Amino acid sequence: MAKIKIDGKQFEVEAGKNLLDTCLELGFDIPHFCFHPALGSVGSCRLCAVKKYKDEEDSRGRIVMSCMEPVTDGLIISTHDEEEKTFRAEVVESLMTNHPHDCPVCDEGGECHLQDMTVMTGHNYRQFDFKKRTYQNQELGPFIKHEMNRCIQCYRCVRFYKDYAGGKDLNVFASNNRVYFGRFEDGTLENEFSGNLTEVCPTGVFTDKTAHKHFTRKWDLSNTPSVCTHCSLGCNTLAGERYGTLRRIRNRYHGDINGYFLCDRGRFGYEFVGSDNRIKEIWKQNGNREVVSSESLSEVLSGAFQEGHNMVGIGSPRASLEANYSLLSLVGTDHFYHGVSAHEYELTKMALDFMQNSGIQIPTLKQMETADVVLILGEDLVNTAPRMALAVRQAARHSMNKDAGAKKIPEWTELAVRDNQPVLSTQIYVATPKKDSLDDVIKQPFRGGYSEIAALASSVAALLDKNAPAADSEHKKLASDIAKALQNAENPLIISGVTCGDKEVLQSACNVAQALLNNDKKVMLGMIFPESNSTGLSLFPGKPLADLFASSEKKPVDTLVVLENDLYRRAETGQVNDFLLKCKQVIVLDQLQNETTVKADVVLPAAVFSESEGTLVNNEGRAQRFYKAIPDGENGQARESWLWLNELKEIKENGFEGWSSLDDVFQSMLNELPAFAALKGKFPDEGFRMLGRKIPRESFRYSGRTSIHARESVSESYPPEDFDSPFAFSMEGQQEDPPSSLITSYWSPGWNSVQATNKYLDKPNGDLKGGNPGIRIFPTAAKSKTSYFKLNGSKSNKGTGEWQLFPVYQIFGSEELSAAASSLSERIKEPFLLLHPDDARDAGIDESTAVQVEIKNEKLTLRVNFENSLPRKVAGVSLQLPGMPFVALPGSGKITKM
Amino acid sequence: MYSILRTLWLTFLHLFHKSETVEYPEVKPYLAPRYRGRIVLTRDSDMNERCVACNLCAAACPTDCISLQAAEGPDGRRYPEFFRINFSRCIFCGLCEEACPTYAIQLVPDFEMGEYDRQNLVYEKENLLISGQGKYPDYNFYKQAGVDMGVKKKGEGENEEKPVDTKTLLP
Ligand code: SF4
Ligand code: SF4
Ligand code: SF4
Ligand code: SF4
Ligand code: FES
Repeated sequence: MAKIKIDGKQFEVEAGKNLLDTCLELGFDIPHFCFHPALGSVGSCRLCAVKKYKDEEDSRGRIVMSCMEPVTDGLIISTHDEEEKTFRAEVVESLMTNHPHDCPVCDEGGECHLQDMTVMTGHNYRQFDFKKRTYQNQELGPFIKHEMNRCIQCYRCVRFYKDYAGGKDLNVFASNNRVYFGRFEDGTLENEFSGNLTEVCPTGVFTDKTAHKHFTRKWDLSNTPSVCTHCSLGCNTLAGERYGTLRRIRNRYHGDINGYFLCDRGRFGYEFVGSDNRIKEIWKQNGNREVVSSESLSEVLSGAFQEGHNMVGIGSPRASLEANYSLLSLVGTDHFYHGVSAHEYELTKMALDFMQNSGIQIPTLKQMETADVVLILGEDLVNTAPRMALAVRQAARHSMNKDAGAKKIPEWTELAVRDNQPVLSTQIYVATPKKDSLDDVIKQPFRGGYSEIAALASSVAALLDKNAPAADSEHKKLASDIAKALQNAENPLIISGVTCGDKEVLQSACNVAQALLNNDKKVMLGMIFPESNSTGLSLFPGKPLADLFASSEKKPVDTLVVLENDLYRRAETGQVNDFLLKCKQVIVLDQLQNETTVKADVVLPAAVFSESEGTLVNNEGRAQRFYKAIPDGENGQARESWLWLNELKEIKENGFEGWSSLDDVFQSMLNELPAFAALKGKFPDEGFRMLGRKIPRESFRYSGRTSIHARESVSESYPPEDFDSPFAFSMEGQQEDPPSSLITSYWSPGWNSVQATNKYLDKPNGDLKGGNPGIRIFPTAAKSKTSYFKLNGSKSNKGTGEWQLFPVYQIFGSEELSAAASSLSERIKEPFLLLHPDDARDAGIDESTAVQVEIKNEKLTLRVNFENSLPRKVAGVSLQLPGMPFVALPGSGKITKM
Repeated sequence: MYSILRTLWLTFLHLFHKSETVEYPEVKPYLAPRYRGRIVLTRDSDMNERCVACNLCAAACPTDCISLQAAEGPDGRRYPEFFRINFSRCIFCGLCEEACPTYAIQLVPDFEMGEYDRQNLVYEKENLLISGQGKYPDYNFYKQAGVDMGVKKKGEGENEEKPVDTKTLLP
């Protein structure tokens, strides 16, 4: 602790941090550009000047850069001395000499940090009479627009892109007064986190290209807190609406999960809501398609719910708890099936069981950043849980910080820390079949098939604890290195997941964790699940799809209700075809057309995430609410799934009163499913009010209120009502200080840009005031399980002529919904097969030619891509890309030339 | 007493003054160009739409009666896809004109906008856009701005250097 004096006031603050950080934490408005709480200080913009005084007697003081000034006991500074104010205004003035006259056509306008700082420092009149510097722009791909003239050389972009996110293709070029931030040549920004440039850059150099297509100023967006539905991490987002459509997804700060940054799938995947493939009408299909009006739906479905009918429901890992529960309640617990393969079902249950009963610490992403030794088994993080890859990358800083710390270099002096130890020598071990995005920050990658990865992990476990089941790994040296590192670690982290699909890998990962636990060591286990609500669904009663397929052989299904689920992504085509043929009537609720909706007898248009509300459970067991950004009725007949299921239930059971709001569904779910008991009373319900008022979605500067609907009718009608949430579809209500889970916008007087986020935090890069949102369903795991998983031992396929095939996921394309987003789809690759070039040569296969891959009953034609990092006789199959059928992977298969 | 008489006298004198009342509508009054009447959207000297759909007028409007949507033309030029003013709400305060960075939106000396049906007071872009420059001739925003949106190339605007050569090593 240090006692410091700012503007004559005493404060007691944490010593050792930088002064700017501390001032921001205390709520002072110190102008700054280059400092970013997550990126540290470099002192390049000179805007954060304050005056530092030697002692109480010193009346002159001297100007220092607050971001480069460590907080020490007895520090005396002022933030409002005339000299420093002039200094700051002159810094902005000099930056402005070259800044273009672009604000009206700049997408940053209204949320521009440069505009804010210019106003804050008071520079308002151009005295410079000479010409402005200009630059040519670059074409940076489907996500990011580039306008280099607006750059103020703060270096934030490269510090984020290169240093923080590990990107290789953005840099600073040229010299002198000509520095240029961009790529070496035009081309798509490759890094998976490029979208954050739009928020990191304090000016309009990098802006959101997808939002530009239907551009809306920040003050005109009606914002709703949402949760990303494109992977299992549950990053928090802000969904912005205008004129009835979703305009933009922005980061919503969450101190435990996404912090300041989102991945590109989460930021740009939203465009699927406007896809041509959206279902917006009720369809009755019988060879031809007939549009059914809402009124005649009960007539169409009257036959479906007769007494004695065998009615079955298939839930979905991408639908909310409430939607799944509504289905369960419609068909009954015995007839509710998880819409996932038996394999995924088993692995998910197993992983969750371990997480709940082993006493292991389930880390947040923020905690992952603090790990000193990381072991990643089988998971290709950047493609299955992208934001986690970014968190693990920060863990790589650990040894740099430690080394710098030993030399008394503070962590936040970004450049000094990096110069001190330019080569990263972190203790991150990645064992995956192919090269990984984290390879550049790890000591030694391990490349092997899943059986070798499992064997390696098992040997590590056996080295840590003699009671652990041993395995024969050929990599004794590496195993003992890892075991030693884990043993000596203060904060070890193991990461594996269900997505990789291999039971042995998953079990051996748990065994390593168990071995550490049995040694009474602290250990974190990060698990990755396939979809946004995989965890939630697996806490439901019910059986996997395979059981349903089997039972339908004996007892045909009269009515099948499929909730937001494309069965052809869950089981082999032939199997699903057979099954659907056996169902008399198939009712499908979904958002986008897919093979299953084509086969359905009745298709009900389900609302997408931005049009609905619900709860999702993420990979750490955190239940989070997302709310609707778009009022009902903007997308044809589309309605929230729980509402449809409610209606089906009303048709089925004449006496059923129906749920009148989402809160009713939620309440009845809590009563019926004990797994969710922890959520009781934890989410603000519809009746939540602040000072007796709702929380407005629109900012007080929202424009066009009396004009937007004037074309239809000049008399203004009431704004749409929201009966399910504490939010109002208007600007009326209590704007200030909402609870942390209900923040609709980051704004503070003087801070219109996203930098205002810091005003909502207990400290920059800290937690949201009032706690980070979400309820952990299993916060403290019981320590009831101490035994190890018995592994079956690796099945070698040497000499069988078969290949070991493993699934390859892609951040762009492997997730069903985001794959339909128009800009994102430009980044999707064609389905492919990864082969080692030597293997390919032996088999006489050339690059980019098509080959036939036979896996179980499925025959696929795939294009060959060479991949040097693969082990021999192991090949990767792109999974779940558009156009790929379901294949059971990992497994073995045949590859034949065509 | 004196003041009463004085008032009567002064009022009496007015009988011989020139009348200020005009026989509207037969005679039109003179209104200064800065009079705040009907709102128009103007064009620049190349007869292109001036409005760049920046939304500042809408934000400034105290009655929130302007709404518009930005769109992008083939050469990147920003323009309003639609532009709507609900004149039944407008109070002719002129703040939109003051906020406008391009001189696009202007209030002109025409106040004859009465309608029997309120709905007719909702003006769309086709009702607002005139084919002239209005009060401020010869201003073309795109020549002042840094962006290249089809009006001028990078570095060819007023007050601009040629684009930087990032490959040069000269000091
Ligand atoms: S970067 Fe900011 S200051 Fe510069 S043109 Fe854009 S909005 Fe204006
Ligand atoms: S491009 Fe943006 S982030 Fe990068 S140096 Fe310029 S102003 Fe800073
Ligand atoms: S004159 Fe005033 S009230 Fe009328 S549109 Fe302009 S800003 Fe709005
Ligand atoms: S302020 Fe001017 S340029 Fe901007 S939207 Fe309004 S009329 Fe168009
Ligand atoms: S923020 Fe301190 S110099 Fe830029």
